[in-house]
Amino acid sequence: MLSLDFLDDVRRMNKRQLYYQVLNFGMIVSSALMIWKGLMVVTGSESPIVVVLSGSMEPAFHRGDLLFLTNRIEDPIRVGEIVVFRIEGREIPIVHRVLKIHEKQNGDIKFLTKGDNNAVDDRGLYKRGQHWLEKKDVVGRARGISNGTRES
Amino acid sequence: MNTVLSRANSLFAFSLSVMAALTFGCFITTAFKERSVPVSIAVSRVTLRNVEDFTGPRERSDLAFVTFDITADLQSIFDWNVKQLFLYLSAEYSTKNNALNQVVLWDKIILRGDNPRLFLKDMKSKYFFFDDGNGLKGNRNVTLTLSWNVVPNAGLLPLVTGSGHMSVPFPDTYETTKSY
Repeated sequence: MLSLDFLDDVRRMNKRQLYYQVLNFGMIVSSALMIWKGLMVVTGSESPIVVVLSGSMEPAFHRGDLLFLTNRIEDPIRVGEIVVFRIEGREIPIVHRVLKIHEKQNGDIKFLTKGDNNAVDDRGLYKRGQHWLEKKDVVGRARGISNGTRES
Repeated sequence: MNTVLSRANSLFAFSLSVMAALTFGCFITTAFKERSVPVSIAVSRVTLRNVEDFTGPRERSDLAFVTFDITADLQSIFDWNVKQLFLYLSAEYSTKNNALNQVVLWDKIILRGDNPRLFLKDMKSKYFFFDDGNGLKGNRNVTLTLSWNVVPNAGLLPLVTGSGHMSVPFPDTYETTKSY
């Protein structure tokens, strides 16, 4: 019933009005895309808004919460920060807290992470033989949170 | 507004807008608050050993055991937008190998509703305090600070350091007897 009403409206339009509608639609879609891309530029992150997938940072983050990320390379990595990192060869990024850092004079840093809800640090998750993470593994820093829907 | 569907649609859109506005309100009313409180840290004992780092790279490194006290009143930080505080006691020092080292010794989660007044005595560290090398022996200046990550319902996730830190010189010799 609803779809027939819509088609009647379209049939009543002339070519000009039809083009106008299509352009209008295109404007809306491109505005949304530009806002997203603009956010990517401002934050420096590939995915500035992500959803929490696992419960390894409970009770701070639950599955379904939204996280706002930035990825400014100049930001120094310090303990307590929540970093989003990717392990070489794995696709899914992990959001955990920095537990230990050792930084050399020239800025080279190696650090260890741990999920708040995990009993042990993340060395079990890293690649075989890898004991530390480096700056290149970081894809973002969690800067803001918004509660999402709760599963439980 | 004459069908159930259009009414439901309007209602849904309105509820979403209200919830978004509330969330933004939560964020903007607490975004610029001062979240630091004075903290008192005391270190009663430091012992040092030199063993293979069994938590990671198997090299002989300095392992420290620190016994500490913490006094802090975090009541003023909790407001309508704070879900929990993630506290962590970190030791910061510099060595020949590394210009900056930071190690978290102990952490605690305080949820909204839990007792926010800390009065901890003779606490043992939760995590092994291994150095990357042998830079803890005779280190003149290891600074312990208590910091916290404020986790809100909606908004920024600031890391705040308590005002009040404790610098300790580490022993010059390794402990050989069994203790801690």
